Amino acid sequence: MNAIIVSALLGVVMMFAGIVLKKTAQIQGVAILGILALLGTTLVDLNLVGADTKTFYNMIELNAVTAWFNVLITFCALAYFTLFSKAIAAVGKNDSDYFALLFFVMCGVYLLSTYSNMLILFLGIEILSIPQYILAGSDKENIKSNEASLKYFLMGAFSTGILLMGITLIYGATGSFDIFSEGFIAQFQSSAALNTMSFAGVLLLIIAIGFKVSAAPMHFWTPDVYDGTPTAFTPFMATIAKVSVFVAFIRLFHLSFGNVSNDWQTAIAVMIVLTLLIGNLTAVYQQSVKRMMAYSSIAQAGFMLFAIYSLNNLAWKGLILYSVAYTLASLGVFAVLIKMKDYTYEGFNGLAKKEPVMAATATICLLSLAGIPLTGGFFAKYYVLSAAVEQGKWIGIVIFAVLMAAISAYYYFRLIRSMYFAEGEAALSYTPSSLEKTFLLINALLVILLGVLPGIL
Amino acid sequence: MLIVLLILVPLIGGLLAMLLPEKMAYPFAMITSVSTLVIAAVSYMQYTQGAELIIDHNWIDIVGARFHVGLEAGDGLAVLMMMLTAIVFPFIFISLRNKQPEKVNTFYSLMLFAQAGLMGVFLAKDALLFYVFWEVALIPVYFLSSMYGGPRRIPVTFKFFVYTFAGSLIMLVAILLIYRHAPIRSFSWDSFVSIGQAMPASEQTWLFWMMFIAFAIKMPVFPFHTWQPDAYEQSATPVTIVLSAIMVKMGLFAVVRWLLPVIPLGSAQWMNVVIMLSVISVVYASCMAIVQTNIKRMIAYSSIAHIGLMCAAIFSHQILGMQGAAIQMFNHGITIAGLWMMVGIIEHRFGTQDMREMGGVAKVAPLFTIGLVVMSLANIALPLTNGFIGEFMMFNGLFKTVSPYHTLFTVFAGLGIILAAVYTLTMIQKVAYGPENTKTASFTDLTMNELVVMIFFVVMILVLGFYPKLLMDLIYVQP
Repeated sequence: MNAIIVSALLGVVMMFAGIVLKKTAQIQGVAILGILALLGTTLVDLNLVGADTKTFYNMIELNAVTAWFNVLITFCALAYFTLFSKAIAAVGKNDSDYFALLFFVMCGVYLLSTYSNMLILFLGIEILSIPQYILAGSDKENIKSNEASLKYFLMGAFSTGILLMGITLIYGATGSFDIFSEGFIAQFQSSAALNTMSFAGVLLLIIAIGFKVSAAPMHFWTPDVYDGTPTAFTPFMATIAKVSVFVAFIRLFHLSFGNVSNDWQTAIAVMIVLTLLIGNLTAVYQQSVKRMMAYSSIAQAGFMLFAIYSLNNLAWKGLILYSVAYTLASLGVFAVLIKMKDYTYEGFNGLAKKEPVMAATATICLLSLAGIPLTGGFFAKYYVLSAAVEQGKWIGIVIFAVLMAAISAYYYFRLIRSMYFAEGEAALSYTPSSLEKTFLLINALLVILLGVLPGIL
Repeated sequence: MLIVLLILVPLIGGLLAMLLPEKMAYPFAMITSVSTLVIAAVSYMQYTQGAELIIDHNWIDIVGARFHVGLEAGDGLAVLMMMLTAIVFPFIFISLRNKQPEKVNTFYSLMLFAQAGLMGVFLAKDALLFYVFWEVALIPVYFLSSMYGGPRRIPVTFKFFVYTFAGSLIMLVAILLIYRHAPIRSFSWDSFVSIGQAMPASEQTWLFWMMFIAFAIKMPVFPFHTWQPDAYEQSATPVTIVLSAIMVKMGLFAVVRWLLPVIPLGSAQWMNVVIMLSVISVVYASCMAIVQTNIKRMIAYSSIAHIGLMCAAIFSHQILGMQGAAIQMFNHGITIAGLWMMVGIIEHRFGTQDMREMGGVAKVAPLFTIGLVVMSLANIALPLTNGFIGEFMMFNGLFKTVSPYHTLFTVFAGLGIILAAVYTLTMIQKVAYGPENTKTASFTDLTMNELVVMIFFVVMILVLGFYPKLLMDLIYVQP
């Protein structure tokens, strides 16, 4: 709960840091100190669990799971800042503003993981999205970046409208915004009690939130936006921002709409199948690694949707493990990608010979994304699929998902092939320092650690 | 504790081999693999004296997975496979002494990782742990086959990888579906067996095929075999040895440990179909082997034929047949490893895999020819070589199968023996005898390290051929 305030304040601090500090290295230093402070704050918040879990007029509810999620997601943000701070500052002139915007996104993340009121859900999604619209367009002289920003903004505005419509309908049916209020509980206690108005509201919420997590068929913005956005910000949008919307998703649908799951599970199941199919099959045909990662993030969202689909404890555990494993692995791949001159597969040819550390860490992260055992990605997939099997409704989609995972191995291994087995002169845009390589290695080791002992989360 | 070292020693050895200076990599890998062999030998001694070697430790509490590896009474097959894994690696390394691969650090560390993964597969007693090792063994082999070998190695290995990866993911779903029935969350073998006993036959059908396809791809059995000849041909010989001597045994081992006891009704219901596929494998692969001119492809097809017979014998559901298959799994590993090393020498000296360009080796390299002939005879399962006893028991079991087609199966599988003689003897004739050519003149006889390897394998073949009781005692079960 303190994290919400601290992150917003840090955003303001970063804005002023740009005026006071002139050297970009200092600004980066302040940003990393800031995210460390934020990590400390979330750790302090862990102690608040149990004492008085509801604050801000009962609009925010912190429980053990979400407090822990906040710590982990802030840790991921720390990993992002350490791996990318140089690249963020290099995007344009307003380096302190970029960091400020990232801190504002973090504020949205905390709102989304702890809301107990639909208004805060709406606020959270907006606070999360608006800075992202700006970040997408931060490379002002690049037409693709401008296109990404405009596209993201227009599509995002539509989904906001749909989200508001959903919230309004549910408010009309229940008479309350509070997801723990009596009106809510009465309306959503069983399928019989559910009236048409709130059912329509639930479906609209699925569409709006599905848009934010880029679930098919609301995924069309994703490849263009992720591709056009400066590479320094794409990983942040694809990982930290995305998984926190997933936590908002599971919170609302498990805690409030859990009893009427029969009415919405079919919709989620259809989304899972479409997302996995479109994400994986389209990723196969990409020639640019950055675009492949964009489609891969759609495909990975398909797996995370299993956590929404399955109403059990394992789903929560699975989503959190998936969030962290997916985030760290994607960050690892993007951190290598951003140092390349040519983003196509051919651009990676021969990287293993030139920069063995970069190639090795990227390989570990790709193995994790493909879900190979002894990397975090395996247990992440395992947990969510296992939760879906425990749910038991349609086993078929689990088998389908597994086949899609096999397809995903194709395009992840294609990159490994380029790096290790193809001849070429992988041209780097700049050679990373040994400190940066150390961070890459630590990141890869964390991915393996999650794969050996997933129980630590 | 000892039993964990079997996995840990090669694993840590592999990590260190990556970091050591280039000159140190080979001796270090040698030391690591020999110490693994010593540990395996000690484990074997303790096991035969009746000790139970088990490590059972909490791993992932929330799903009930445990780090459970071990050798208990009745795990004779696991002991055999463990010994095979421990024996083959040091001898691969010895044979490489005078022809070191490029990037030695990477090569030896990946080899040791593969050994660790294979050990884990054979020792795991927890289904999730088994799955993890199953995949972990694949990754280093994928890299090895892609980095070393023929010009087409990269696409070929990729096919191999995608095949096996897809298969094992389907197996993972099957594991999940069985696990769902566990009264308390557990992946232990015992829990899986008791679930399997109680499961209705209709559900077992699906589970059977989901698991069998994964194992059949690995073995490989017709019609899942298409990756295999290409992969064997294109991989470098040391990697081919790992693939064909040990890795394909993973499939057979998994059938014995994780399929027959866990899904008994499904296995019984579909045994005729599986035996039919296996017998087709035997006949088809033998015929394919006869027409090959590439020596590596020929042995690859011969390997499919042998594996097919083992698979048929395992599914005969006869104790004799299954014991025969167990013995043959070990013996085939020894024979084929030796044979591949000989082929590796041929390929290295002749600079080609084409048998039409070879000939007359017997005159210039008598020692080599002795080794090649003994190993080839063991491959045909001639009496007094190690291949004979297992094959005899397997046919016996196959003939006793409770199936209306048992005679048909046995007759067609029996064709495999005759065909094996045809292609193996043709190979000897083409390589060792016949007219000499220019390349033969430069064919030097075995060097010291190759001689050591050759003598070891020949001695193993003869000793196990004369005295198979060494193996029989391990897997003997009161009928």
